[in-house]
Amino acid sequence: MPTAVKTELDARLSGFREVQRLAYECAEAVAAQLKPGVTEREAARMQREWLRERGVRDWFHLPFAWFGDRTAFVNFRIPLQFFPTNRRLEAGMPFILDMAPVYKGFTADIGYSGCLGLNPVHNRLLADLEVHRELILREVREQRPLREIYEDVDRLMVRQGYANRHRAYPFGVIAHKVDQVKERRWSPNVFGFGTQSLKGLASDALHGHRDGWSPLWSPYKFSDHPPRPGLWAVEPHLGFRGTGAKFEEILVVTDSKDPEQSAFWLDDDLPHVRRWAEEKAA
Amino acid sequence: MEGARERWVRTGGIELCVAELGDPEQPTVVLVHGYPDSKEVWSEVAVRLAERFHVVLYDVRGHGRSTAPAPLRGGFTLEKLTDDFLAVVDAVSPDRPVHLVGHDWGSVQAWEFVTVKRTEGRIASFTSMSGPSLDHFGHWIKSRMTRPTPRRVGQLLGQGAKSWYVYMLHTPVLPELAWRGPLGKRWPRILERVEKVPSGDYPTSSLPQDAAHGAWLYRDNIRARLRRPRADAYAHVPVQLITPTGDAFLSERLYDDLELWAPQLVRRTLPAKHWVPRTRPDRLAAWITEFITANEDGVPAKDAAATGPYADRFGGQLVLITGAASGIGRATAFAFAEAGARIVAVDRDAEGAARTADMSRLIGAPEAWAETVDVSDEQAMEKLAEKVAAEYGIVDVLVNNAGIGLSGSFFDTTTEDWKKVLDVNLWGVIHGCRIFGKQMTERGQGGHIVNTASAAAYQPSKALPAYSTTKAAVLMLSECLRAELAGQGIGVSAICPGFVNTNITSTARFAGVDETEEKRRQKKSARLYGLRNYPPEKVATAILRAVVKNQAVVPVTPEARGAHLMSRFTPRTLRAIARLEPPL
Repeated sequence: MPTAVKTELDARLSGFREVQRLAYECAEAVAAQLKPGVTEREAARMQREWLRERGVRDWFHLPFAWFGDRTAFVNFRIPLQFFPTNRRLEAGMPFILDMAPVYKGFTADIGYSGCLGLNPVHNRLLADLEVHRELILREVREQRPLREIYEDVDRLMVRQGYANRHRAYPFGVIAHKVDQVKERRWSPNVFGFGTQSLKGLASDALHGHRDGWSPLWSPYKFSDHPPRPGLWAVEPHLGFRGTGAKFEEILVVTDSKDPEQSAFWLDDDLPHVRRWAEEKAA
Repeated sequence: MEGARERWVRTGGIELCVAELGDPEQPTVVLVHGYPDSKEVWSEVAVRLAERFHVVLYDVRGHGRSTAPAPLRGGFTLEKLTDDFLAVVDAVSPDRPVHLVGHDWGSVQAWEFVTVKRTEGRIASFTSMSGPSLDHFGHWIKSRMTRPTPRRVGQLLGQGAKSWYVYMLHTPVLPELAWRGPLGKRWPRILERVEKVPSGDYPTSSLPQDAAHGAWLYRDNIRARLRRPRADAYAHVPVQLITPTGDAFLSERLYDDLELWAPQLVRRTLPAKHWVPRTRPDRLAAWITEFITANEDGVPAKDAAATGPYADRFGGQLVLITGAASGIGRATAFAFAEAGARIVAVDRDAEGAARTADMSRLIGAPEAWAETVDVSDEQAMEKLAEKVAAEYGIVDVLVNNAGIGLSGSFFDTTTEDWKKVLDVNLWGVIHGCRIFGKQMTERGQGGHIVNTASAAAYQPSKALPAYSTTKAAVLMLSECLRAELAGQGIGVSAICPGFVNTNITSTARFAGVDETEEKRRQKKSARLYGLRNYPPEKVATAILRAVVKNQAVVPVTPEARGAHLMSRFTPRTLRAIARLEPPL
C-alpha cells in the first residue's frame, strides 16, 4: 500500500476509533449509574445527554436501552418495540445499551451488554460471544460470502443453545456499513435515525444494487457476495429464554491481499474484549 | 414399624405411643397422621427420611396404641392435641425446634400448632398435605358467603360436596357402628380399589377403634372453628404445601389465599389421590428432605429459584430426555430445567448433550447430567437405565424425543434406509418405553412418558413414507401404552409437533438422489422450515402442559392441529394432499 494512502487510511481509522471509544466510555459511564428503578427511557436519555455534553450533534441512530427480557427481544413484532419504554431495571436484570453517535464526521455504532448484579446466564452468554467475534473475523478474511458467514454464525448460536436475536433487527441484519458523515448545522432524525447517515446508507444501497452488493449484512439473497471493503458495524446478538446479550463494534474490511490486512477489528481495547482477556488470565 | 424405638409419653392422663427412627443427633422430623389412620400410615415415608433425620411418629390420642380420653366428648379439641404435641416434642427433642409434617387430620392439627403462640420456637418448618387449617377454612367459607360471585359459589358448592363425610361423622353413634361393623372390614379393600393404596401392613388392625374414636376430632372442632375462626391464625414458620391434584376430599381451590396466612410458602402439586404417604413415599420424602435441609441451613432451597410455569409440579423430579442435544429435545430440557426438575440429557452427540445439561443447570435445574447413547442400541439403553436408576434415581418423566428424518418415495427408499429410520424412530421409543417404563411400573409411584411422534403420523404423504410410518407407529404405541399404564398412575402422551424450526431438516436423509442434490434439498427444506419459523420452545411448553394435564395426543402447530381435525372428519382431503409434490 502506498504510504500516502496508508496515512490517509490511518487518519480516517483513528477518527472512527475515537468516536467508538467515546461511545463505549459513555456506555460504561451510564452503566455505572444504573440502579434498580431506572427506566429504559431514563437510561436512553442519560446516554444522549452524556454524548451531547461531549460534542455529539448527529446520530446514526439515537441511543436505545433494553432491560430484562427485552434484551432478548421477547415478543418483538414491530420495529417500534425497539424504542425505550418505561420498563424498570431490577436487581439481577440484564441490560443492553446501544448507541450510534456521529462525532467530528465519524460514525460509531456500539452495543454494550451488562447486568445489574449477579446473573450466571448473562455471564455465560457474554462469554460465548467471544467465539462469534473470532468466527466472523476468520470467515471475512477467507472472503466467504456474507450470507454464508451469517448462516455459520446462526448455526454456531443454535449449537450453543441460543436463539439468533439479530434476526429481529430490520432486515434481520447482523451488520451494516458505516461511513463518514458530513456535518450539517441541522441534522434531523427520522424514527430515531439520523437523516445524514440514512442518506449515506441509501446511496450505498443504490450503488451496491448496481454492482451486486448491499450495505446490509443479512440472511437474504442480496447479501450473497464477498465482504465489501469499508467499515462494518457488526452486532451478533444472542438470546436465551428471556436473557439477551450482544456486542457491536466496527470491523474494517480492505481490499488488501494480505489476509491480516484484509479485515481486522477497528479496536481491540473494548470492554467485552478486555473482559474475555481478564477471564482467561483468571 | 421395623427398627423403631418405642417409648410412652404421659400427658393429661393419656399415654401416647411414640416411635423413633434414625440418628437422634440429626434434625428431628415429627410426622402426624390423619383420619382414620395410625402412625403406620407414615411407615414408607419414615424409613426414607430416617436415612437423614431423626424421625418421630406418634399415635394421636385415641388412635393406634395410644390411650383414649374419657369421656370422648371434649377430649379431642385442638387445644388438647397441641398439649400432646408439645409433650412429645419436649420428650424427643427438648432443646431443638422440630420439623413438622402432617397429613389429613395430622395437617389440620399441625396448622393449629404452627399458628398458636405457645409453640413459637419449638417448630422449625411445616410440610402440610391434604389438611387445611380449620381457621383458614372458616375464613375461606366466610369470604365466599359474603361476596358470592358465580365462581366463588361454585367453589363453595364443590368443596361442600367433597365434604360429605364430615356431615356423616356428625351424626351420633352411626359412624361408630359402621366402622366397628362392615365398613371397618371392607376399608382396606376400598382403599386398594379406589385410592390405589398398595396392600401390606396398612391399615392396621386397630382401624375400627381408631376410626370410631377419631369421629370426635370432627365433632369437637369443626363446628366451633368454622363458625368462629381465629383471626390471628398466621403461620410463624416456613410452610411447604403439597397438594394432591386427585384428592377426593379437598379441592385445590382451598389454598388459593394461603399466602396471606403463611408468608414463607412453597407450593407443590402431585398428581395423586388422597393417601399420598402410602402411594408416593419417594416423592414426599424427597420434597420433605429438601425443604427441611433448606430451612435447617437457612438458605432457601435451590430449586425454589425455579421460576418457570409448573415449578410446583416438577420441582426436584427426575426428567430424562432423548435427543436432547438440539431442537425440541433441548428446548424441552430447558423448559423442565426452568421448572426446577433434575435433567438427564441423552443424545448421540456428546458435546451437544453436555451443553444442554450445562445450560440447564444455569436456568434452574438443581442437577443435570449428559449421557451419550444411541437410542437404537438396546444394550446401551439398558446400561443407561441401570446407571440412571443407581446414580440419580427412578425417572419421573421420560421424554422419548430422539428421531431422524427420511424423505423420498417408497421405491427410492432402500432396505437400509428403512432399517435405520425404524431403528431410531420406532425402536428408540420402544426401548425407552420398555426399559424406563418398566422401572416406573416396578416402583409403582406414578410417572409420565412422552413420545415425540409427528403430524406425519396421521397425515399421509408420498414424500415421507418411511418417516410417517415410524411416527404413526409411535403414535399407536403411545395410545396402547397409555391404556395399559392408566391403572398405575403413569400417563402417556404423544406429541405431534408439525413443521418446527429445528435441524432435523439439515440432517434428514433424502433417498433416491445423489449427494449434491441431497445437500440442496436439505438446505431448501431447512430454509422453508426457517421461514415457517415455529420455535421448538413452543413445543416444549406443549410437552410440559401435556404432562401436567395428562393429555393423550397433542398436535402443536396450527397446521398439525388442522391436519389432526381433518384426519378425523375429512380424511379424503388429506389423502388428496398426500399426492402433492413438496416444493423442494
